[in-house]
Amino acid sequence: MTIKEIELKKILTESFPEANIKIDDLAGDDNHFALTIISSKFKGMSRIDQHKMVYDALGSKMGNELHALSIKTQIP
Amino acid sequence: MMDEKIKKEIKSKIQSSDIHLFMKGTPLFPQCGFSNTVVQILTYLEVSFTSTDVLEDEQMRDAIKEYSNWPTIPQLYIKGNFMGGCDIIKEMFESGELKEEFSKENIN
Repeated sequence: MTIKEIELKKILTESFPEANIKIDDLAGDDNHFALTIISSKFKGMSRIDQHKMVYDALGSKMGNELHALSIKTQIP
Repeated sequence: MMDEKIKKEIKSKIQSSDIHLFMKGTPLFPQCGFSNTVVQILTYLEVSFTSTDVLEDEQMRDAIKEYSNWPTIPQLYIKGNFMGGCDIIKEMFESGELKEEFSKENIN
């Protein structure tokens, strides 16, 4: 199961329209990505809640089409 | 819905030691890079910890994700509280927060 980088960006942009989203394809297999997402939505949230917001945006993709995603969240 | 039996099992695991790691594989033979990263961090900080190999127990692998509302493995628990997965533990380690957390909870 894989997911295209463009599709990943599209899904995230829907939930974080104003965010700066940077995706690195770690292994070139559409399965291992590193994501940096800078959004004002994270203001005042714990790191865990920030990451949970990202996971919620990805829904069922996480753990299925998307095996390994490392996440870095930041506030602008 | 998670049944009571497995919920109790999770609670006893995370309360039975100061640090408990749900991981893929074992500390000696980690089966995933992310799990291995957390094991290396805990080893470097020289804290003792117990672990659960979710690859040995499919039901536990799903239940722990529901318990913490966190979709991935590994998951680190300190004094029964969910601290995060690989990314967060790595960030806390690099910033010194993890060491601080351990000393705050007087874990050594």
